[in-house]
Amino acid sequence: MDEKPLFDGSFSVVGGGNYDNAGEVSTSIKTILKKMGLPGDVVRKVALVSYEAEINIVSYARKGMIRLRVVSDRIMIEAIDEGQGIPDIELAMQPGWSTANQKTREMGFGAGMGLCNIKTFSDTFHISSEVGKGTHLKIIINTNSSSLQ
Amino acid sequence: MDLESVIKVLNLKVRSGEDKLKTEVRGGYAGDLLSDVMANSKEGDLWITRQVHQNIVAVASLKEHAGIVLVQDSEPAKDTLEKAIKEGIPILVSELSGFEVTARIYNLLKKTD
Amino acid sequence: MTLHEIKELLDAEVLIGENQLGMEVKTAFVADLMSDVLAFATAGSLLITGLTNPQVVRTADVLDIAAVLMGRGKRPSQETFQLAEELNIPILTTKFILFEIAGRLYANGMRGCIEKVGSK
Repeated sequence: MDEKPLFDGSFSVVGGGNYDNAGEVSTSIKTILKKMGLPGDVVRKVALVSYEAEINIVSYARKGMIRLRVVSDRIMIEAIDEGQGIPDIELAMQPGWSTANQKTREMGFGAGMGLCNIKTFSDTFHISSEVGKGTHLKIIINTNSSSLQ
Repeated sequence: MDLESVIKVLNLKVRSGEDKLKTEVRGGYAGDLLSDVMANSKEGDLWITRQVHQNIVAVASLKEHAGIVLVQDSEPAKDTLEKAIKEGIPILVSELSGFEVTARIYNLLKKTD
Repeated sequence: MTLHEIKELLDAEVLIGENQLGMEVKTAFVADLMSDVLAFATAGSLLITGLTNPQVVRTADVLDIAAVLMGRGKRPSQETFQLAEELNIPILTTKFILFEIAGRLYANGMRGCIEKVGSK
């Protein structure tokens, strides 16, 4: 990272199936990006990615954090959690594959699309995980890509 | 209106229950929360959902639905299909969104009232 | 259709957004699963759902959804209501089931949003 970031901040996320404030970080991120004047579709993509990552931390980890870094031509989201980790990443990336519990499903999640959605809306997506330790996502969304609808 | 007519008009793909196409469709229900569908859907309903796991067959069977319509080109999971074939539950697939399919089925049934 | 027209058509109660009833909404999305909304719904759409928890509002906020219409006679929980107020997202509720809601709106010109947000 050579360029001085326009924004660099980390937000902690409470896990353990506690949905009370789930989504708060993503709303904050959205507000920050909007204030920076970034285009609507980019803001929505970042908010979406952040939200899915945040919900994953809430649903499956003990706790975690989301780091947002904005530079001139791209935005980086990093989601790091402490929790059960993912034993088989390939399986977890399959649409429909889910290990959601009853509570998660009742909230409207657990359709097994979270990681897929994140990957779909990222320009660069990297995931690593260690069972018993946690999961680490690194996402880059370009801000001057022509993804306008 | 029978299932076959609905399938024809909406261009639905039939994945199971080919022998049940003369079933009368009495109404419809759209929803993805199984507990809600169990509580509120009715016999003869065409159930519109994007849930593809095998539990949908049990629900459709218990509630005596006319069939299940999967939206946005969702395909039933392998064990779902096996179960549906075994229990004779029609599973149909539409490429349209939930809103479009649900809305069209509603208006189709209304026309024949 | 405007939110006002939607309200009239579905005999809906406007819980938040009385001052936004002139808002025009052209597309709608029906879902009980938030992942689907995230994957497919477009900004400015009407979200029709039976879910009432705060995550519905978060999802709506993330995607710039125009308003949330809760069917099946469902009402937002206290937390959901507060969050919607905070984020200024209109919430309407109607006794009709999603099946009928979609049907009636469609007959009045509403269409589904089939696109994916930012699809490649």
